[in-house]
Amino acid sequence: MAKDGADRPQDESRRRFLKYTGTAVGGLVVGGVVGGLIGSQAKNAKEEPAPSPSGSAPAASNERDYNQALMFFNQEQFQTAEAAAERIFPTDDLGPGAKDLGAAFFIDHQMAGMYGTNARDYMTPPFQTAEAYQGYQLAFKRQELMALGLDALDEYSQDKHQSAFVKLSEDLQDEVLSAFEANEVELKGIPAATFFTMLRNLTIEGVYADPLYGGNKNMTGWKMKSYPGNQMSYYDAIEKDGLVKYEPQSLHDHLTS
Amino acid sequence: MATNMPKATVAIVGMGWVGGVIAAELTKAGHDVVGFERGKSRSTADYYHVHDELRYANRYELMQDLSKETVTYRNNEKITALPMRTYGSFLLGNGLGGAGVHWNGQYFRFLPYDFQIKSKTVERYGAGKIPEGMTIQDWGITYDELEPYFVKFEQMAGISGDPTTVDHVGKMSQPFPIGPMKQSPAVKLFRDAAAKAGFQAYTMPSANLADNYTNPDGIERAACQYCGYCERFGCEYGAKADPCVTVLPVALNTGKLEIRTFSNVTKIVHDGKKASGVQYIHVPTGEEYFQPADVVILASYVFSNTRLLLLSDLGKKYDPDSGTGVIGKNYCYQVLGAGTTAYFDDKEFSTFMGAGALGATVDEFNGDNFDHSELGFLHGASISLTQTGLRPIANNPTPSGTPSWGKDFKATSIKYANRSLSVGAQGSSLPFRHHYLDLDPTYKDAHGLPLIRMTFDFEDQDKNLVKHLAAQTKKIADQMGATKTETRDAMTTYNITPYQSTHNTGGVLMGDDPATSAVNNYLQMWDADNVFVCGASAFAHNSGYNPTATVGALAYRTAEGVGKYLAKGGSLV
Repeated sequence: MAKDGADRPQDESRRRFLKYTGTAVGGLVVGGVVGGLIGSQAKNAKEEPAPSPSGSAPAASNERDYNQALMFFNQEQFQTAEAAAERIFPTDDLGPGAKDLGAAFFIDHQMAGMYGTNARDYMTPPFQTAEAYQGYQLAFKRQELMALGLDALDEYSQDKHQSAFVKLSEDLQDEVLSAFEANEVELKGIPAATFFTMLRNLTIEGVYADPLYGGNKNMTGWKMKSYPGNQMSYYDAIEKDGLVKYEPQSLHDHLTS
Repeated sequence: MATNMPKATVAIVGMGWVGGVIAAELTKAGHDVVGFERGKSRSTADYYHVHDELRYANRYELMQDLSKETVTYRNNEKITALPMRTYGSFLLGNGLGGAGVHWNGQYFRFLPYDFQIKSKTVERYGAGKIPEGMTIQDWGITYDELEPYFVKFEQMAGISGDPTTVDHVGKMSQPFPIGPMKQSPAVKLFRDAAAKAGFQAYTMPSANLADNYTNPDGIERAACQYCGYCERFGCEYGAKADPCVTVLPVALNTGKLEIRTFSNVTKIVHDGKKASGVQYIHVPTGEEYFQPADVVILASYVFSNTRLLLLSDLGKKYDPDSGTGVIGKNYCYQVLGAGTTAYFDDKEFSTFMGAGALGATVDEFNGDNFDHSELGFLHGASISLTQTGLRPIANNPTPSGTPSWGKDFKATSIKYANRSLSVGAQGSSLPFRHHYLDLDPTYKDAHGLPLIRMTFDFEDQDKNLVKHLAAQTKKIADQMGATKTETRDAMTTYNITPYQSTHNTGGVLMGDDPATSAVNNYLQMWDADNVFVCGASAFAHNSGYNPTATVGALAYRTAEGVGKYLAKGGSLV
């Protein structure tokens, strides 16, 4: 079998990087592939609009976001997911909630991809009843659990309150979600809490993951939390007292032509 | 049928820290080495878009693909082990550099006490101090004997740390090659608080370079930028020491190392006394090959080293009923239940900045640095505050009683994201007779081979340790001027779901007696003198520290042993 020549770990770009960054300590790193990105970020930083103070749609953009379409959910599931996510991370004085941040699009996109299909999980049978400490043991894929759970949110809302979940008041929506969280709902043999925890965690991811995944729109999730996103260096700031503020950068700012 | 390959002098299974160190040392000495890596190749160029919490921290980009292979787990022998289907408790490495790519770089030499834990315990407290079922044993090597190998790893990796050591850790014959990391306000606050509580805090020794560094092999690396993306991430600067930016290039530059990626070794071929080589599967095609070699070195993770020996029927399998046999014995972990979180209503910290090994540590309650006469446990923990760089998906600190979602959750988690600090205790994990590794009877990997099965739980030893150490973390945190502190001091059953630590140890122990250990103090197998098994699999227990320093020192020791074996043959002890 042939030797894999590509295994040489210290590649050329790194050599260049090191060459140009020989004096990295004490100042901004310049030159090299990574250094070039720092320069472009410093420029971008000043052009970023201020964080949106209210709960309205964040930072205006006249362009349509063609990423906002559905890969997995049907329309009803999407609306239910969006409404539930909004209760998990609601709009308030601090800023937008999960809905305006695009968390439901994030969840839809995740369900359509390898996370939703458990592509990197061990899904080989036999599936057996687990002790509480042995972790996830369902034969069900995450996207199947998600669809089942969202449909169940609606069914439960109809049974209890004679209305679709999306049409319930916020208080009643919270009540329904709490019932799922507390495992008080029958979900075809699956613990309802497992579905709720997944939905909760995906919502938080949709709020705070890099905007490239469809949520955290305009980095507003980060701005609320004073998280600066993708910065290359805090070498000159790490010793400073208090909270050092930055305009956030996303990985989009990291692409080089 | 497996295709025969031309014979190599040395075959190394696994191209992480251990395989890299040994490959570099042996090739520099002129030996030909073939290195097997089941995963892909890697370089710093892969990390230009590494600041992606979702992809790397939550979706485990750099970790082993569990659909192909995982471990099974049970709390005790009465229940059926089930596969770890998705990641939780610990994260398995894969690809060139292995877990050495996505570590934090926290570097601690184990204590002199660790290597002679049994004899020192008996000496100070009497044999009755060791509880029924606890199987601590000496390592067959002393701290002083291992000391020169720690120095070698430190010089190679460029470890940064204080120029002098505190009283209660092992003496260093040479200071760290680089001075300490910068001190953030949070770290400084911890150090001052520790001093007020009467403890000696020191700068956490770090494999994230505090300064530009050229190592004895001529490898140049740039200083750490404190970007906050170490653990679970690769370093785009090469500032964090990992095998791909240190030892592997050195080995490759000799022209004497051939790395075969996507090559999964499934068997050591042997006659019961000597290995003739290894059998492996070329993963993309499924084709089988046989690689003859004079020396076979297992240099993969704890689970893979142990599993490969069991799959190959090499060495005496451990039997928990009789306590005899050695392969799979003394599986240990890390005890992390103790800690105190401090919440500050009127003070903010830039906790998003950081480095994997930016922090300070207190060792008064580690090892046998304190009197255990009246305590219901042995050993202890290091107590540290680290600023590794908190990322927004994971960083949602809330005082107890706060809901995990909704209005209060949002407001509280955002409020404290930059207003909370945590003092944590990293506890030792001591072995018990019924904590062990063997082959699972049911579940198989993608090639149809049995998965490794872990039988493990926390014991009274661990629960008592957590209680005592938690009180010490509170003593320090209470001096930090916080609005309030909350202490975690309860530990229950081991749970595979929440992330705890990727510090799994044991299974192929080193020692001075073939009846109780699998390898001697050169990591050479008692039962096959041309097979060396190196890594944390050799640890007879796990200390209250991160394991990589000791893994690295043992790798240098192994390299020396293999060199001696190639010159003279036979048992090295």
